[in-house]
Amino acid sequence: MNRIVSLTSGIIFGIGLTVSQMINPAKILGFLNIFGDWDPSLAFVMFGALIVSSPFFHLFKNNKKPVFAESFSYSNNKELNKKLIIGSSLFGGGWGLAGLCPGPAIVSLALLNKSSVIFVITMFIGFYLADIYTNK
Amino acid sequence: MNIVNFTPITAFAGGLIIGLAVILFFVLNGRLIGISGIASNFLTTKKNRIDNFLFLVGLIIGPIVYKLFTQDEINISISNSFLLLAVAGLLVGVGTRIGGGCTSGHGISGIGRFSLRSIIATVTFMIVGILTVLIKNII
Repeated sequence: MNRIVSLTSGIIFGIGLTVSQMINPAKILGFLNIFGDWDPSLAFVMFGALIVSSPFFHLFKNNKKPVFAESFSYSNNKELNKKLIIGSSLFGGGWGLAGLCPGPAIVSLALLNKSSVIFVITMFIGFYLADIYTNK
Repeated sequence: MNIVNFTPITAFAGGLIIGLAVILFFVLNGRLIGISGIASNFLTTKKNRIDNFLFLVGLIIGPIVYKLFTQDEINISISNSFLLLAVAGLLVGVGTRIGGGCTSGHGISGIGRFSLRSIIATVTFMIVGILTVLIKNII
């Protein structure tokens, strides 16, 4: 069941990014262009996603078990450190350059355009390089 | 500031659909959706590798299902500069791995749990993203 849920969640998430047009880098760059011609759509996407999902995180916080797994498994890291700020800054720089973040980049592979492929390959190289750096 | 190309209805509707995916993955599988985490863990760890793979495949199927139901053309406008895409891809890969999340992991799953760490991360990448676009527009 876990696997069916994983696949289904991925499909639904991909549909959501398509409906909201967040797979279009022009929409992301429009959102980040707050001092110019601003497109606030991304804020509405986050608001929509949060308003439905957030209550569930809190309802299930002290709950025993998810439906198809032994336990909830996610990092509850509360550390506020340099890594968080440096990493998020580097990410913000890349996001602002191309208008792509990991979700939309992977979803846009479905459109079979070369630019998405280049971005996703270099993003995976980036994951790998970051691991080498952090495990040093 | 001028407001342009604003699509609040499809943005909000898409957000609700994204939220639904987050709820399913959390309540049924007990996991949080963060695309950078799922993608990078697929690459680097054996744990949940098949689940992570299926989730990523699902992401790519998403727009195909959308097209089947709506017959809409999906048009995106993306840079075709190899250098820009490669630098951006590397920065996004390294940055999300070091910072422990991206727009989905910090911006939705983290903020949804009222995690201070994720709020700080989201504010940081948004500010740097805004500055990057500002500088790009000047140059």
